[in-house]
Amino acid sequence: MKNKIAAFFVGLLFSLGLGISGMTRPLKVFGFLDIFGNWNASLIFVMIGAIAVHLVTYRIILNQKLPLFSDQWHLPTKKEITLPLVIGSFLFGVGWALAGYCPGPALTSLSSFEFRPALFFASMIFGMFGFRLLDRQFNFKR
Amino acid sequence: MNEYVMPLFGGALIGLAASLMLYWNGRVTGISGIIYGATVAPKKGDVSWRWFFIFGMLFGGLLLKIFLPLSFVEPLPTAHWTLVVAGLLVGFGTVLGSGCTSGHGVCGISRLSPRSLIATVTFMVAGIMAVVLFRSMGIYE
Repeated sequence: MKNKIAAFFVGLLFSLGLGISGMTRPLKVFGFLDIFGNWNASLIFVMIGAIAVHLVTYRIILNQKLPLFSDQWHLPTKKEITLPLVIGSFLFGVGWALAGYCPGPALTSLSSFEFRPALFFASMIFGMFGFRLLDRQFNFKR
Repeated sequence: MNEYVMPLFGGALIGLAASLMLYWNGRVTGISGIIYGATVAPKKGDVSWRWFFIFGMLFGGLLLKIFLPLSFVEPLPTAHWTLVVAGLLVGFGTVLGSGCTSGHGVCGISRLSPRSLIATVTFMVAGIMAVVLFRSMGIYE
């Protein structure tokens, strides 16, 4: 149960960070990607802030034997650079530019009760579902 | 100046959230993966914490809606069908690519993961190129 309450709190904090930083404003995200037009660089500071904190804490935390509420670490182990990694990331980037939403801000924006993020989010779930169907056929080496 | 302080502060909160996820639950905070594992591809015994995370984000969204409604302004001036196409691309692409802005961009880069570095550069470059392409197509009008 503790790990679930922890996950709730992390989700809460994360979404507040997204809202405060401006990541939930599609036009701002668009401006950030529009480097050949009217570039708004401000969102680069979101990444700088997040990475500056986590780059340091990651190393401190991993010095612990185990996480507080789990009997093991659940860190990604894949090392290989694969075609699905690159193609998938490319498709994601195109969609991100088209809507101005990535998954976290889209989820957070559901609470605005606006139609646009809800339409995006529902379509995103369909996209994930489509992946699952294809993956059953082709078993992508991600 | 506020234009840079708020992103920096919000970013630091995101970094703190990712740190707490690692410290408490030993996980990276990859939001596309969390959603995928909660909805489309649930694995036994690995679902409920994901829903707690999702409800946490929704609750945070509600607090933003009440106390910082400016969080949800500035929609793109695009047609509704573009959101459908974009959602399909983001849903499919993030699972195929094993992550999004949070898992690769924040957590992965902080872990100095080569996969995440490649993924982040790829989706940034793709996004920048896509803006040029979509603008020339008149999508943003």
